[in-house]
Amino acid sequence: MRVEPGPPALEPFRALMSRTVVLPHANIDTDQIIPARFLTTLARTGLGPLAFHDWRYHPGGAPKDDFVLNTITAADHRILVAGDNFGCGSSREHAPWALTDFGFRAVISTKVADIFTSNALKNGLLPIEVDAATHARLIAAPGADVVVDLEAREVRFDGRTTAFEVEPFGRRCLLDGVDPLGFILSRLPVIEAFEKARAA
Amino acid sequence: MAPPHPPHPRTLFDKVWKSHVVEPEAPDRPALIHVDLHLVHEVTSPQAFSELNARGLEVRRPDLTIATIDHSTPTLAAGPDGRRPYVTARAEAQVAALRGNCARHGIELFDWESPNRGVVHVIGPEQGLTWPGMVVVCGDSHTSTHGAFGALAFGIGTSEVGHVLATQCLFQRRPRTLRLRIDGRLPPGVGAKDLALAVVSTLGFSGGTGHVIEYAGEAVRGLGMEGRMTLCNMSIEAGARAGMVAPDETAVDYLRGRPRAPVGDAFDRAAERWLALAGDDGAAFDGEISLDASALVPMATWGSSPDQASAVDAAIPTPGTATARRALDYMRLEPGKPLIGTPVDVVFVGSCTNGRISDLRAAAAILRDRRIDPRVRMLVAPGSEAVRREAEAEGLHEIFLAAGAEWRLPGCSMCIAMNGDQVRPGKLAVSTSNRNFEGRQGPGARTILASPATAAASAVAGAVADPRTYAVASHAG
Repeated sequence: MRVEPGPPALEPFRALMSRTVVLPHANIDTDQIIPARFLTTLARTGLGPLAFHDWRYHPGGAPKDDFVLNTITAADHRILVAGDNFGCGSSREHAPWALTDFGFRAVISTKVADIFTSNALKNGLLPIEVDAATHARLIAAPGADVVVDLEAREVRFDGRTTAFEVEPFGRRCLLDGVDPLGFILSRLPVIEAFEKARAA
Repeated sequence: MAPPHPPHPRTLFDKVWKSHVVEPEAPDRPALIHVDLHLVHEVTSPQAFSELNARGLEVRRPDLTIATIDHSTPTLAAGPDGRRPYVTARAEAQVAALRGNCARHGIELFDWESPNRGVVHVIGPEQGLTWPGMVVVCGDSHTSTHGAFGALAFGIGTSEVGHVLATQCLFQRRPRTLRLRIDGRLPPGVGAKDLALAVVSTLGFSGGTGHVIEYAGEAVRGLGMEGRMTLCNMSIEAGARAGMVAPDETAVDYLRGRPRAPVGDAFDRAAERWLALAGDDGAAFDGEISLDASALVPMATWGSSPDQASAVDAAIPTPGTATARRALDYMRLEPGKPLIGTPVDVVFVGSCTNGRISDLRAAAAILRDRRIDPRVRMLVAPGSEAVRREAEAEGLHEIFLAAGAEWRLPGCSMCIAMNGDQVRPGKLAVSTSNRNFEGRQGPGARTILASPATAAASAVAGAVADPRTYAVASHAG
């Protein structure tokens, strides 16, 4: 199927050069990315200040000076390098909403949870799984300049190039900055025929 | 008459998947999959409805969509003025938004006044909405619960909630399959939650990623539907897309007579179809793992992810990784010491994992004629209004109240802790829910996941306890 050019809902994602933020812990779950008590929102925007809330602020609300997200400028730190198995837990799309609103456009780990990956790709956030050796080098180099090239499907860092895989349809949507809903809507005649055949 | 060429043997998953493919997968595009039942709740739906409303789209199949309110709803009764004690105005506004969206789009909502209201993964099966062979989705990761019926059931994000509302379909890549054979019988005092925790600790926190798990074997066959729901519910805690159990007479018997199940001849015809969904002999899985149920004991978590679990009567493990060390630091547990005897502040019985009538009975059996330790605060939140009615008809609520526990209204309550039912910072909870992440039950809260029996025993002891040491009033025979 051709991806038809529709109005981009998101900023198209082709390649990104940025510095990294490293959160080395394994199994960073969506409750850490945005705690459940903040899910009573009706919006999908404005959640950046709540990203990693309970790691980022003291119980009284004051920012923790030594927590990395409080020590960097988001505009030039758009790549999050996280420990193994990132984004596990709940299906809340608020997790990628919070990360993108903070300023992230890519997350690199050895493994990214299924539902998080699906949600991220629909929100202009590229989840990338790399091998353990590349991951270890990235973890050891917070603030490194990294190139994430979605067209070439490559991470380039420290003179080395690492290929990554990304689901082709999700990649196409990200490259063009479009949401998949338009494509599913274009299949409505086929969906109707399917339902008719099943009801028969 | 045997066909001349036996058909390619297919798994349960293969059969369900194939019958829902509207358009097959291609290299540049996932399969388009049709959804039979879309469950909706207040927390993950408002942005999806906004998207539809902004694009001028209608909900395509309101007849296949059911909504409930459960996540951010208070579990304390309305005040004398009729006002519900919502934790915040925003929580109340979110429920109001769902009410408005359902009215606008003609979706049936199990609202406060509905006798069917409850936790989304409790009411689907209970109302007979979930059938074997269906594709069931919901903006909630524990949608895997419905796989107990041999449905393909999985959690989706809010964008996908919008896709299903607008088209009744989803783009999905075919997942890999994993068969988990659980042979032998569960020993007395060991239940489905213990089995689920053993499965998650065996697979690891991401061991199921990319897979649909089919649970098979004697121990799974021996579970009732509620036990199978508990088991499938926690599939996501191993990262799996879904868990499934082949439909058998246990599933058919559960569904017969349920409000939304087929009736009469239609039920018999449906049951025949459902029973034919079981995987064919010789069907291939991408992976196979086996477990021996007869060796299992009551389980409890010691860390901050659900796979960090061991026998409740085991010593707290010596951390072998930075992840385990960090978890034990957060939990303030000392390696080498017994977990049993660790003082407990809060006990929670409820959730889509363990908020059904059999769960409440298991907890009540231990609390009967006992009192919880006065230092412990115990909440019991039935999974639905129907569970609440059944429990009250049996007098279970009186057992909980007499023991010193709080008997709350149905809802997710302290499992996700977004309705104000929270564990205070630093306090330790034994909880029948599904996640022990840092702060899951409130900022700084520490959570030990366990079965309803272990939770109840711990409430009595005022410390983590082995339920096998609490003699349950004996039944006939």
